[in-house]
Amino acid sequence: MRYLSLYLTGLFFGTGISISGMANPAKVLNFFDVAGTWDPSLAFVMGGAVIVTFLGYRFVLKRPMPVMADRFHLPTSRVIDTRLLGGSAVFGIGWGIAGFCPGGALPALGTGTPAVFIFVGALLVGILLARAITTKRTPRALTA
Amino acid sequence: METAFTPWQSLGGGALIGLSTVLLMGLHGRIFGATGILTGLIAPASRSDFAWRAMLMLGMVSGPLLVLALSGNFPTVDVPVSTPMLVLGGLLVGVGVTFSAGCTSGHGVCGLARLSPRSFASVLTFMAATAVTVYIIRHVIGA
Repeated sequence: MRYLSLYLTGLFFGTGISISGMANPAKVLNFFDVAGTWDPSLAFVMGGAVIVTFLGYRFVLKRPMPVMADRFHLPTSRVIDTRLLGGSAVFGIGWGIAGFCPGGALPALGTGTPAVFIFVGALLVGILLARAITTKRTPRALTA
Repeated sequence: METAFTPWQSLGGGALIGLSTVLLMGLHGRIFGATGILTGLIAPASRSDFAWRAMLMLGMVSGPLLVLALSGNFPTVDVPVSTPMLVLGGLLVGVGVTFSAGCTSGHGVCGLARLSPRSFASVLTFMAATAVTVYIIRHVIGA
């Protein structure tokens, strides 16, 4: 039951990404190309996802605990530092170069497109590199 | 390359993404972040930590297959980017999201919905960086 619910949750996410256009770099890059072949569709993806999550979180986070777990795991860090902003900027540059973000690329693996595997391979190397640098200085980066 | 404006499809897909983030929190108490899921798969803290992320990952890659089954076509994946640039972009995204502890799903959807100041700062920064990068590549370098 637990695993089935996780699979279905992932399936909804992957299907949403597929329908929305987030798995399509041509569309993603056009969203940012206001001065060229602009396609504002992705604003609707973000809008739809944030509104549903905002309303849904109001409801579920009022409950004492999740249905199938003992507590809510919510990020506790509130620091806005150079690590957060620098990381975000580097992520943005990479997203602008490749047109894939992690949430778009992972479901796109299911299409079997070779370019997605190349991107995700490089993504994994990047994550491991950054972890190798950070774990020398701090215990373990909190992932959101 | 022009792409068609698809407000309804994109809104519907976005709502489905939202539904999945609410389900994951309501049922399992977790933030839906692609970065966290992927990181937990390659460097899991424990076996149970690996298992829930692996199931989510299986579900995610099944998304395009469901679309194929329902519509007869895989979702479009047009990559107007050369292989070296894909590799460079992937490396930068991997390093960036590890430092920022989240990406479009973790900060962009879950974080904004929780009105997290960290996530607002992160999203504004990466959206600006992406827009500037696309502008430079397409209109300054002219690729």
